[in-house]
Amino acid sequence: MLIKTVSKEYVNELLLSDKRIDGRGLLDFRKLSIKTGIMPHAEGSALVELGNTRVIAGVKIDIGEPLRDKPDEGALMTGAELLPMASPKYEAGPPSPESVEFARVVDRGIRSAELVDMQSLFIEKEKVWMVFIDMYVMNADGNLFDAGSLASVAALLSARMPKLEGEEIIRTGNLHKLKTNGIVTSCTFGKIGDKLLLDTNGNEEEYASTRLTVANDEKYIRAMQKGLSGDMSIKEIQEMIDISADKSKELRSAIKRAVEE
Amino acid sequence: MEKPQLIKNGKRLDGRSFDQLRPIKIVAGVVKNATGSAYLEWGANKIYAAVYGPTEALPKHTANPKQAVIKCRYSMAPFSSLEEHGRSGANRRATEISKVTKEVFENAIMIEKFPNSEIDIYIEVLQSDGGTRAAGITAAGVALADSGIPARDIPFAVSAGKANGEIILDLDKLEDNYSDADMPVAIYPNLGKVGLLQMDGSLTKEEFDKAIGMIKESGREISKIQKAAISEMYE
Repeated sequence: MLIKTVSKEYVNELLLSDKRIDGRGLLDFRKLSIKTGIMPHAEGSALVELGNTRVIAGVKIDIGEPLRDKPDEGALMTGAELLPMASPKYEAGPPSPESVEFARVVDRGIRSAELVDMQSLFIEKEKVWMVFIDMYVMNADGNLFDAGSLASVAALLSARMPKLEGEEIIRTGNLHKLKTNGIVTSCTFGKIGDKLLLDTNGNEEEYASTRLTVANDEKYIRAMQKGLSGDMSIKEIQEMIDISADKSKELRSAIKRAVEE
Repeated sequence: MEKPQLIKNGKRLDGRSFDQLRPIKIVAGVVKNATGSAYLEWGANKIYAAVYGPTEALPKHTANPKQAVIKCRYSMAPFSSLEEHGRSGANRRATEISKVTKEVFENAIMIEKFPNSEIDIYIEVLQSDGGTRAAGITAAGVALADSGIPARDIPFAVSAGKANGEIILDLDKLEDNYSDADMPVAIYPNLGKVGLLQMDGSLTKEEFDKAIGMIKESGREISKIQKAAISEMYE
């Protein structure tokens, strides 16, 4: 293993006095940076750095057929690649359960928040725009969910909308933006012992027994996902929902800043 | 589809002369978890390369008691092209590029020093605009140097080809699509040897000589940029 790890005993010892191995408070995010438009061939793109975790999201928009149960809406598809270059733990091959869960949790937040205006993607009978989000994990150091969700939302909010001229898809030039509503973000907590830690780094994540992701926008909780084999109390969950509502303010403004730049 | 005029008044569509490279920028050490890594921008190409190892060769039956096993994955992101959403994962093109790239580095790395181990090379093309295999090898060369794994040489690669009857260096996507020949080449500059050579289209012997000459000459500039990326790590 190439990643240097701090022992569980030391992590626990620090946690007794609410300290973390990188000096953060329990409910602090690591340094966050969001850059949009980094891959201009894609209709939308963003790079998120959360500490040493780096996730790139690319948005492509193509023409396809609508889902059978939603004939007058476009389609949204979210994929995730845990690139083998991102960690010695990742291997090339078919999607792992971890990457599938990651993509689905991010997708669920975006979908439930109705962030993409799906009706605006309708072209004509049997012909709609399909929005593909692909998250590429470039370096994995914990909390992919929040980083991936920030990258996906920033990429969607900065995406240009291709247009049809006859049968030809026009992807560059003077284009409108993809129609979106609001901003959804997530806060993911790891539980180590009886402590709840926001934004666990890769080292902390190894010792977390339980994980909870809460995705919300300004008004509502939009998605939640408990992960790992441990458990948590209802009181703890309520606490994390409140923290998420509070912390999401700074995440939303970080996205706004990145999209406006 | 009709071929566009790729050369006008002795210049290429993007204004380059025949033997001129696109702008190249390389930053080393960008993937923190990797033993060595590099991010490269080459024209509109944007590529990450990372090297991991040497580690124990796994699964065990792949191990070679005499030398390290080199594994290489070249892959393009589904959002890398200005056209439609691509399918990610292995396809025949990526499989072949992974293989020839692996061979370039098997020769460059002193694999005999690491029996029973493996060294992994990953090349991820996040944005593509022609010449990605060459750019990927050039980036992986820097990632290798950054890793500190003993190597005989740091290869660079670039392609040359033919458009409207002229031999041109470093074809971009549009030129690649409509060219009459394309020839990506990797060279070990200190050894003066060729590590990768592919070609399709049509070239006369004279045209080949001209193309390979251009490639070799451009290596001075590419190697310089590779070295600068490494020395910046120590400033």
